[in-house]
Amino acid sequence: MKDTRAAAQPIITLEKVEKYYGDYYALRGITAEIRQGEFFSLLGPSGCGKTTLLRTIAGFEELSGGRLTIDGKDMKGVPANVRPTNMVFQSYAIFPHLTVAQNVGFGLRREPLSRAEKERKVIEALDMVGLKGYGARAAHALSGGQRQRVALARALILEPKVLLLDEPLSALDKKMREQMQMELRRLQRQVGITFILVTHDQEEALIMSDRIAVMFEGQIAQLDTPQMLYRRPVSRQVAEFIGVMNFLPAKATVTDATHIEVEAAGLGRAVIDPEQLPGGWHPGETQSVGIRPETMSILFPGETTDRRVATGVVEDRAYYGDMTYYEVRLDGVEKPMTISMKNLVGRPVLERGEQARVAWDARSLVLFA
Amino acid sequence: MKRSLHVYAVLYLAFLYAPIALLPVFAFNDGTVIAFPLRGFTFEWFRQLTEIPALHAAVLNSLTIAVASAVLATCLGILAARAATRFEFPGKKGIMGLIMLPLVLPEIIVAVSLLVVLLQLGLSLGAWTVILGHVLIATPFSIAILNSAFQGLDTSLEEAAIDLGETKLSSFRLITLPLVMPGIISSLLIAFTISLDEFIIAFFLTGTDPTLPVYLWGQLRFPQKLPVVMALGTILVVASVLLLTIAEYFRRRGAARTGQKDAGGFL
Amino acid sequence: MSDRSTGPRFGRSEAAQGYLLVATPLAYALLLLAVPLGAILLFSFWTQDYLTLDTTLTLKNYREAFTDPLYGELLLRSLLISAAVTAATVLTAFPIAYFVSFYVPPERKAMWIFLITIPFWTSYLIRVFLWKVILGYNGVFNTTLMGLGIIDEPLTFILYNVNAVVITLAHAYAPFAILPIFVALEKIDRTLLEAGRDLGEGYVMTFLRVTLPLAMPGVVAAVLIVFIPTIGDYVTPRLVGGPDGLMIANMIQTQFLKLNNAPMGAALAVLAMAMVGSVALIFIALTRRFLRAPR
Repeated sequence: MKDTRAAAQPIITLEKVEKYYGDYYALRGITAEIRQGEFFSLLGPSGCGKTTLLRTIAGFEELSGGRLTIDGKDMKGVPANVRPTNMVFQSYAIFPHLTVAQNVGFGLRREPLSRAEKERKVIEALDMVGLKGYGARAAHALSGGQRQRVALARALILEPKVLLLDEPLSALDKKMREQMQMELRRLQRQVGITFILVTHDQEEALIMSDRIAVMFEGQIAQLDTPQMLYRRPVSRQVAEFIGVMNFLPAKATVTDATHIEVEAAGLGRAVIDPEQLPGGWHPGETQSVGIRPETMSILFPGETTDRRVATGVVEDRAYYGDMTYYEVRLDGVEKPMTISMKNLVGRPVLERGEQARVAWDARSLVLFA
Repeated sequence: MKRSLHVYAVLYLAFLYAPIALLPVFAFNDGTVIAFPLRGFTFEWFRQLTEIPALHAAVLNSLTIAVASAVLATCLGILAARAATRFEFPGKKGIMGLIMLPLVLPEIIVAVSLLVVLLQLGLSLGAWTVILGHVLIATPFSIAILNSAFQGLDTSLEEAAIDLGETKLSSFRLITLPLVMPGIISSLLIAFTISLDEFIIAFFLTGTDPTLPVYLWGQLRFPQKLPVVMALGTILVVASVLLLTIAEYFRRRGAARTGQKDAGGFL
Repeated sequence: MSDRSTGPRFGRSEAAQGYLLVATPLAYALLLLAVPLGAILLFSFWTQDYLTLDTTLTLKNYREAFTDPLYGELLLRSLLISAAVTAATVLTAFPIAYFVSFYVPPERKAMWIFLITIPFWTSYLIRVFLWKVILGYNGVFNTTLMGLGIIDEPLTFILYNVNAVVITLAHAYAPFAILPIFVALEKIDRTLLEAGRDLGEGYVMTFLRVTLPLAMPGVVAAVLIVFIPTIGDYVTPRLVGGPDGLMIANMIQTQFLKLNNAPMGAALAVLAMAMVGSVALIFIALTRRFLRAPR
């Protein structure tokens, strides 16, 4: 994927990185650049190799093939303890026999600093993560959120070039998780260090990241900004992993490089931009178009629009308070599609079995061909 | 249901403690026959304990053997428990099974098989042969204790230390060792207790210098010496209970440190 | 969860590190356990005449063991005593394990288990000897019963016979039976019992149909851990067994240390182990269907 926005220095380069255990391939040729100072996420379902990739960068796993550089230096044979990376572990790995301050200052043991300087650094680090005055506490008595802050302070105190975060929020409850997402983002901007986050939660990745690498089966399926990933997924797999997308059987014809025409079941004929074919043209593959639920709307009796209109029947609906999700089966289509509608004042809610007119735009289509 | 079970449990505990409870009764009884009715209170038997050189030699011999066995068994236990909890390797089940086998093997089998080999090799028996046997039977207990100590350890703790600049060795020293230390102490104490009490292996392999249980066994044949044996037994029981309480304390502290739930029990 | 767990399992260096660590304890077990056990087996095919050892392989010792009724009787008696001890120990231990697991509040369970294990760690020799004191003619048991006027003269059937051996050994192995059953009971999801009752079973039927089958792995472990070592017990039959309560270990000891017939002793040891081993295997085979349940 090419991104023309920024030419920031890459802090990490991965070239055809491979990792296998016996005949099990965990990473199958990962090539990517991670830029200085960005918030980068590795997103994918469990078993996709994202944690393995993170541990490879940290130095806990040796490469089976390919090349990894951090800050311009080849990391081959460089052990974890001398790499300019630090990690926040999924379990936080807080040393239970030490105090909070001893945990945070653990990595300073080998630094050529005076005792007073080390103490000052620990206090600063605790302050930064909002744990001012917690230094003397026993680490095993902390709550989940506090443990995570200690783990963050402990890793950041060494001023690493890259901070690695292995599903750091998965152990927290929903409310705490949302709060920590904002805090992590703020912290990252404040310290300016490159963060690499491993997560299986697509929403979390979208909220926090500058760029996201979506991984399936040891490979990067798409590396892009959150907006591009959401709006222009390169494959149905990526589209399904990130948010909800409806797929309709389609038939596409390419007349010339700038003019693509699709005939989608239930929607009809439309002309789309090449940008709406992010995955590229693969002759012979089954063709389909994807459309997100919120880009369509249901027209209520009497309502008019200058958008394109398709017709169908309401098969089911789910009322969520602020939203209503409709399952609408378009005429001539087998599977119903999901359409989400804001519950505005005065807007009626359609019942099952009612006829529905669906407004949509050609711009919202994504073609997979 | 609950009440009758509770009554049963108390009766069962009484059954378990009956022999031990009787020890001090006869140890302080002013009579040479170990039977009721009791005569009067005396410290005589404890005083006599201090006057038997053979007993003192046996105690010293037993203590030496117990300390050596405890240290060796715990070292072997650390290696095996670390391998079993931290690493996967082919044949692990079989290897661990062999090492743990003395747990179910009758001690007499261990004793005679060692005896046969030692005699065939022309080696003379002594304290060291008893140590060899005691290490063999104490190691499985050490492994059982240390396994739970190592198991409670999150592997990412060591990785975190390495990530923060420590080497493999120093992270073991700074993180793993302090966290499993209660388990190690508890293993030392248990192995020590096992060796101190063990009779059969010592009986077969001890050579000319008896251990304390072997000495005791010899005394049981002489009725007039039994009150002294009772006094000695009282001291032994008190010592064992003390050691076990300390071991249990360390085991629990270890569990608390690594944030485990306390399930109780040594086995 | 994370995909880390699939990782190191296949790593070659992981296995190497594991082997490196386990090498010393393994070497120790091989040299001082496997080799001696092999030696015993080999020895049992040799013969000894006073101090001269004849290393020609022969089945003479085994023939003698099977033809001399003394050995046969001792082996059979040892097996029966072990079985009786196992039955007595496990049956009396189960209610205790059940009580501690189901009725003792969680924070006091560790204390109960500790209380149960303490007697086990005190000198075995002295414990056995004290049973002799308790069960003897003028022992605690008889004098108490006579004092209470329940009996007129001391009971004699409780010492120097098989009964005394069974009681004493049941006492000695109690924690070995209680702990595995307790562990198995602790693993039972309590909602399963509620489900059992919810589905219309009474307390007794819930116990029989849910609790007991789930506790079976613990019971099987308890049976094995009591049964196997018991057959080799030496001290108890010697101190409280009398002439009719002696077991195979006493004969093994006699052969080795008194009669200087180590090969015969070795053969008896092999036979005892083979016997106990095959009974254990049959037992495991019979209870296998209970052990298949996932842990």
